[in-house]
Amino acid sequence: MRGNSKILFGSLSFLLAATIIAATGLGYISIPPSSVIQTILGSLTGIISGTSSASDQTFSVIIMDVRLPRILTAALVGGGLALAGGVFQAILLNPLADPYTLGISSGAAFGASTAFILSILGVAIPVSLSVPVFAFIGAIGTLYAVFFLSAGDAKLSSNTLILSGVIVAAILSAAIGFIKYMADEEVNIIIFWLMGSFIGKSWQDVVLLLGILIPCLIFSCYFARDLNIMALGGTTADTLGVDSAKIRRQLLVSASLVTAICVAVSGVIGFIGLIVPHMLRMLAGPDNRILLPASFFAGAILLLTADTITRAILPHEIPIGVLTALIGGPCFCYIFRKRQLGAAYGR
Amino acid sequence: MVADNPTAYSVTDCGFAYRGNPCLRAVNINLQQGRFYGLIGPNGSGKTTLINLLTGTSRPTSGTIDLYSSNVCDYAKTDLARLLSLVPQSFTMEFEYTVFEIVMMGRHPYIDRFGAPSEEDVTHVSSALKTLDIQHLQDRYVTRLSGGERQRVLVARALAQNTRVMILDEATASLDVRHSIDIMKALRQRVDAEDVTVVAAIHDLDLAAAFCDELIVMNHGTIHNHGNVETILTSELLRDIFAVEADVLTPVNSTPHIQYRYSHA
Repeated sequence: MRGNSKILFGSLSFLLAATIIAATGLGYISIPPSSVIQTILGSLTGIISGTSSASDQTFSVIIMDVRLPRILTAALVGGGLALAGGVFQAILLNPLADPYTLGISSGAAFGASTAFILSILGVAIPVSLSVPVFAFIGAIGTLYAVFFLSAGDAKLSSNTLILSGVIVAAILSAAIGFIKYMADEEVNIIIFWLMGSFIGKSWQDVVLLLGILIPCLIFSCYFARDLNIMALGGTTADTLGVDSAKIRRQLLVSASLVTAICVAVSGVIGFIGLIVPHMLRMLAGPDNRILLPASFFAGAILLLTADTITRAILPHEIPIGVLTALIGGPCFCYIFRKRQLGAAYGR
Repeated sequence: MVADNPTAYSVTDCGFAYRGNPCLRAVNINLQQGRFYGLIGPNGSGKTTLINLLTGTSRPTSGTIDLYSSNVCDYAKTDLARLLSLVPQSFTMEFEYTVFEIVMMGRHPYIDRFGAPSEEDVTHVSSALKTLDIQHLQDRYVTRLSGGERQRVLVARALAQNTRVMILDEATASLDVRHSIDIMKALRQRVDAEDVTVVAAIHDLDLAAAFCDELIVMNHGTIHNHGNVETILTSELLRDIFAVEADVLTPVNSTPHIQYRYSHA
């Protein structure tokens, strides 16, 4: 049976805090957890405790200026992608939906690549503004295209949607290829960014993520119970007092916004949105009131762990998007296969 | 006594077109509170379309549908959900909710957004589970149930919603004889004891004849005829509307019964 939600959220918060502290200590220069906690608390309260030696000063710079922004960015992007995945799955009644399989990530990536090429070609819009905005436009455009393609299927079945997502993503990947070709000698910027990475993330990224993700998280959780009812199907949900069409539209836009901001900050990082809600559903049941916030925490833990492994443990840093796809792809195959078998036995 | 019953539904000149194709036209009917209406007709005759209009999930392209003197489309969503419930034809469930959780979803209109179910909610759910004889399934996942069990869960969910009007779209279609009768009995009991109005689209004409007060016959997107079971259910109707040859037998002290004339030649 399902566990207690207090225990779940207690352990997820504890795990996240522990992962953040451990990740901050790990790296080229290793820092003991006690110093990490001391430095973070010191910066938060503005008090540098006791004798501030030269090594403390170095730790402070490493932690506050280098590691923590990257760590928090990784955690927030992981949480955001898992949240978006959970919302897409709940709205589309489809455990295989996520920003990546629906092509939304590719749409955002296309938008962001367009912003890069415009900047390379000398159009004077600051990249910090144009990338998130173009990513959002790309994500919403893709959402519409995928829905348009699968609209003949009134129930928006899994296979139709994912097929539409794959078709649109294929076209977008060709378009991104063309942009790379146009970028000529500066193509590395786009390639490296597309593979997904948290290298060089700043407090500015953290603030941008927080500003978008927290409102979207609250918004999604506000409608969590309506999402549960919508699992009965739109018509039945309507007769239970849920304005399913309106909620579906608003939450799809909100989840696409979350996806766009995550892609804008860190490139394409796949499968987090698919795997995290899926695992949690097995652990805690399908109730979105628990599932959505828990996915946010668990996604943060998972992506931060993956990023820490590639940053501090592997001999060479692998782009995080490549790592998650290598691990997530087979998981997708497993879930898909399980569902096919379930369908074959008329589950 | 029946004639004095208040009007639940008043449908005036109702039509519905989907992408320019008319699906329903010139529907006029009054439905009285505390009556059990059977909605019969061949496949594609417009039963489900009419049900969508009655539940307010589709808006008529012409005419009006009043439920207790107010347009059904003008109700606040939650108010409407406390007044009428729907049992859909079928449902697919992707997520592992338990039977109890699904039936509790019927209490959604009565529970605050961040509130927990009250004792009253739990009582309604338990009694609905008991009525349909599915208490033993309450902790099972709906994804693991048979089609018939799942259908009973859907009806239990609508019973738990505790509404003045219940609308069913072929709720007994995938059920065996015993469970079809159980569902019809449960609905009949709501009608008799609590003055609930039931509109049930139904393919099994014997079952309709046995439990309904009145039959509404749909054909080619409009109401062909409606009235008491005895006056409606005739061999002429079966030939004209359903294109089958049959005799309608009415045994003494029993409901009409249909004997189909098959030929194996």
